[in-house]
Amino acid sequence: MLTIQEIIETVTMVQEEHLDIRTITLGISLRDCADADPRAACQKIYDKITRLAGNLVPVGEDIAREYGIPIVNKRISVTPISLVAESSRTDDYLIFAETLDRAAAEVGVNFIGGFSALVHKGITGGDKKLLDSIPNALDKTERVCASVNVATTKAGINMDAVALMGRLIKDVAFRTADRDGLGCAKLVVFANVPEDNPFMAGAFHGVGEPESVINVGVSGPGVVKRAVERVKGSDFGTLAETVKKSAFKITRMGELVGRSAASRLCVPFGIVDISLAPTPAIGDSVAEILEAMGLERCGTHGTTAALALLNDAVKKGGAMASSYVGGLSGAFIPVSEDAGMIRAVEEKALHLDKLEAMTCVCSVGLDMIAVPGDTPAETISAIIADEMAIGMINQKTTAVRIIPAPGKQVGDYVEFGGLLGRAPVMPVHRFSAADFVGRGGRIPAPIHSLSN
Amino acid sequence: MKYLQNDENRGKRIIITVIGPDRVGIIAGVTGILAANNFNILDISQTIMQEFLVMVLIVDSENSSLDLSMLKDRLAAKGAEMDVRIDAQHEDAFKFMHRL
Repeated sequence: MLTIQEIIETVTMVQEEHLDIRTITLGISLRDCADADPRAACQKIYDKITRLAGNLVPVGEDIAREYGIPIVNKRISVTPISLVAESSRTDDYLIFAETLDRAAAEVGVNFIGGFSALVHKGITGGDKKLLDSIPNALDKTERVCASVNVATTKAGINMDAVALMGRLIKDVAFRTADRDGLGCAKLVVFANVPEDNPFMAGAFHGVGEPESVINVGVSGPGVVKRAVERVKGSDFGTLAETVKKSAFKITRMGELVGRSAASRLCVPFGIVDISLAPTPAIGDSVAEILEAMGLERCGTHGTTAALALLNDAVKKGGAMASSYVGGLSGAFIPVSEDAGMIRAVEEKALHLDKLEAMTCVCSVGLDMIAVPGDTPAETISAIIADEMAIGMINQKTTAVRIIPAPGKQVGDYVEFGGLLGRAPVMPVHRFSAADFVGRGGRIPAPIHSLSN
Repeated sequence: MKYLQNDENRGKRIIITVIGPDRVGIIAGVTGILAANNFNILDISQTIMQEFLVMVLIVDSENSSLDLSMLKDRLAAKGAEMDVRIDAQHEDAFKFMHRL
């Protein structure tokens, strides 16, 4: 029997605590769109996306209205374009990016993910063409997101790819300098990338996925924060239990919306990604949850432990609430998209090194970090290498989304607006890692990858 | 709220929440719209939370002439008139969150 308190609790979560479904993402396989003629391939891609995703936005809006829960984004992920385009007779994959952009605009989604390559062990001809096309693609398109997987626990770290990504990121920032390096906000470098992640910019439709699928990403830091505030002073067992219960409720909404969207679009329901995804809105911040746990500022000593507890409790609560959990599933700590993170950086409570430590115990990694525009490419590659090592050794997903803000120094800001927010430029270490990055080759997979 | 226990009429029930300062005519305003469009009221409860009136109605939309989307618009317009917030949501939004 539902009580009036329960009904009000749900209404309060949405109206005051920013509970929303962050994204319903339609994954679409483009494997059948390959063609030796790149124009023919692009026509097939455009037709398939617009055919399968034509109803995505109206269906999302209907569900949001019926259940009274906002669905912030409707998005599309596709098969990594490096695989689809590889057999086409062209060296420049910009045409594929432009096709994705047009298809996304036609069906009304704000981002489409999958301008991607998986190069954790080596780079094929198609991969190389895609990588070389990334700067131009992110400059010339509005909605296309790119991602590159450069490491796995099984394969080790492809340091040639890591070195290349440092240079590519600099190039993307340079080309989109008039927009504060916005292109870099749409480019993620991964270790152990999941194939069913619904969140941008790292979403793509993996090769083991079905023809099409609906994946859902939930949100809800505000709900967890309020719940944590209500148990101020209680012990850690109570704290963990409180977070678990909140995560359960949040995830149930994701499950409901996901199943409902899948059934209305007549595609299989894939997974709920039980991530805590912050937004720049005050009160919708992961950093503020950590502070509500008893830290004066996010980034101080104790932050890693608090985040570990939060991340684990979210998973335990979320896993109970959904039949299929997947994607990234963990707390996100993007600096520019989280008001509490921004404040912590501004007050010098949070530094890059602490953020790196935090990524050992939560999902994703160094996310939406702005660094000075004159940061050398080798330093960016070294930052990526550190993060990839954490992912590889700990058998988890890690990622780097970093913006070397053109012409900006520590203390300046990059402004992207909307969900991407604004980020203070953070200092990096000034000692060089160029000789290390320049060695080339692969860092071998760790001993515990030999699990067979 | 005993009507949510059984499963007959599943999928036809809508939960309407009214939140705002108490004043004369709120129930009449809401139920007037419901009656005019043939929504059967199964249950009403109300309470005062932090000096706000909180009212919850469970209605059956089986024979109604209005879909949920249009009902929401009418209720929202009425709410704006009376300075309270009125929303209507499918019952699954609540059942899914609080019940297994």
